[in-house]
Amino acid sequence: MSELALQVEGVSKKFRRGELFDSLRDLIPAAARRLLRGRRDDEKLDAREFWALRDVSFSLEPGEAFGIIGGNGAGKSTMLKLLTGIMRPTHGSIRVAGRLSALIEVSAGFHPDLTGRENIFLNGAILGMTRQEILQRFDAIVAFSGLEEFIDTPVKRYSSGMFARLGFSVAAHVDPDVLLVDEVLSVGDYLFQQKCIERMRTVIANGATVVFVSHNLREVATLCRRSLLLERGQVQKIGPTSDVIQLYLDRAQQKRNLERDRDIAITHVTTHDSSGPRTEFELDGKMYLTVEAEARTRHEDMSVLIQIVDQHHYPVFDTCTQRLGAEPITLEAGQTLRCTFELDVTLAQGTFHVNAFLHRYITNRPYDTWNVAATFFVAPTPDVRGVVSLHPRLMSCEVT
Amino acid sequence: MKPLPSSSIQAMVHSLRELFARRDLLYILTWREIKVRYKQSVMGMLWAVLMPLIIVCSGLVVRYAFSQVSGKPLELSDLASVAVKSAPWAFFVAALRFGTSSLVSNSNLVTKVYMPRLAFPISAALAQLLDFAIASVVIGVILVLAHTGLSLHILWVPALIACLILMATAFAVIFSAGSLFLRDVKYLVDVFLTFAIFFTPVFYDSSLFGHWAPLVLVNPVSPLLEALSATVIHHQAPSLPWLAYSFGFTGLLCFVSLVLFARLEPLFAESV
Repeated sequence: MSELALQVEGVSKKFRRGELFDSLRDLIPAAARRLLRGRRDDEKLDAREFWALRDVSFSLEPGEAFGIIGGNGAGKSTMLKLLTGIMRPTHGSIRVAGRLSALIEVSAGFHPDLTGRENIFLNGAILGMTRQEILQRFDAIVAFSGLEEFIDTPVKRYSSGMFARLGFSVAAHVDPDVLLVDEVLSVGDYLFQQKCIERMRTVIANGATVVFVSHNLREVATLCRRSLLLERGQVQKIGPTSDVIQLYLDRAQQKRNLERDRDIAITHVTTHDSSGPRTEFELDGKMYLTVEAEARTRHEDMSVLIQIVDQHHYPVFDTCTQRLGAEPITLEAGQTLRCTFELDVTLAQGTFHVNAFLHRYITNRPYDTWNVAATFFVAPTPDVRGVVSLHPRLMSCEVT
Repeated sequence: MKPLPSSSIQAMVHSLRELFARRDLLYILTWREIKVRYKQSVMGMLWAVLMPLIIVCSGLVVRYAFSQVSGKPLELSDLASVAVKSAPWAFFVAALRFGTSSLVSNSNLVTKVYMPRLAFPISAALAQLLDFAIASVVIGVILVLAHTGLSLHILWVPALIACLILMATAFAVIFSAGSLFLRDVKYLVDVFLTFAIFFTPVFYDSSLFGHWAPLVLVNPVSPLLEALSATVIHHQAPSLPWLAYSFGFTGLLCFVSLVLFARLEPLFAESV
């Protein structure tokens, strides 16, 4: 039985709203209280305090890739800061086996007046490498960044893309036992992003434990098998990434239902067959998709667009009423719209989601958007794998 | 990462051990301070020679003015003494000034990347050693040319300098953490350092005050400076009780500053 790579136990973190100290009048009694009681009294909250994280526990096996997802303000960043040690938890403990490094704020250590070369050493040391290690990896770092020509130029002359690339290149070569990744993969141009994702896969393949924090569900889904959903500082679910993402989306949908006070809204999206509602379909069957919308005020020239995405939220297919030959739709106040699409299920086995959009066709101005309005499954067929079925037939198979 | 250290002493030991493990970081941060200081200036490193020289020269001018006013003849040894004391004093002031602001000026690192934060004030203070070392060489050459001579008492010098460096660093550690929470600390340190030259026997000797000399020597830097001038210029033994006071003060200060820093460090990221 191997040791856990990362163990988080009952971690809570308390923050204060507003200024730290409003005045000397607040400061002195607060300081006195803290001196008298020590730091361990803080189960209770006073009026201006709140829990950014509450009783979070999880643990990672070595070599595991783990995702943390949640909306803005769910506590993801706080969790990262606690994991790196930048902040200490109010309660609970965090244990890391080996060296932990973070792909967060990768250019924070740069000094604008120093050259790229000098900054590699500076940032490398800040991120936890020894001089020896930096020397060994120097060429690899420069090559990865693709900044060979500018390596002796002060980084203040760099473009922001170059700046970020150099930062990521240094951080990507720290070679930690546990790696924390924030949404830094959006750094640089497309090619560089591909390079970064490739690098991440190598790091994971080489046995590093990775914690991936993001609200980019697609990245989490492709990289992590297990994930955690945070909401308002509390763990909602820990489990297989697809389940966690599903819960996250369901929650988003619930929230959407609560804020149903707009002028026009998609009210229902259902999948069904000729007999009734249904979420499981078979290859080459027929599927009907019904979208209903309700208007409170007059809206004109609309079209309904549906999009099918796979479990990683990659778009697979989309169509809309206008493209299928319907006239632009106009709804008077109080009217409802109901349109049904017939689709041939040529999808291979898997989980698929439906995104529905209501927009003005000419200007593309969106009236309502509902991501993951419905989910359906396609049953496995023995001869087809992938996303779609191209209806394969074996024409010949000869040995000569 | 170990579980939270429970006592202050443990916290201090933990942060020192961590700093030792990351000593390359300390080295590179110090190097950064030095490197950045002279970037984009025509004179570059020449400033490191010029700055201490200017300070020593201003000391000489002040001393010359003293002797003109008091009517006492100016002796060469007086001038040499001023030179020997002003360079360490300049180091002390610079180390405190840069050390105090080190955490606040690196606040984006403090809040975004984890590292032993002790490295900031210590490297800021250590970076001032370069100027000091260059000044010392210059003064050494002057002293040799001036035929001040040598005695065995000069063996005190390394201990005196080491004590001064430790004291400056410890102050930098305390004040850097203090000014992170309350910027007032930085202003207080600035004001204090501006006036400290009057309470420190740099341009004068404490003996000038006669009976009141202890008042000046209570300043823990004073015995060190006086001892430097005594051992290097006057070939005398330093005043041992006062030196013991300075050494004791420094030891205590180092301990207190490290404990305080280790205690406060967990709050840095959310308080800066």
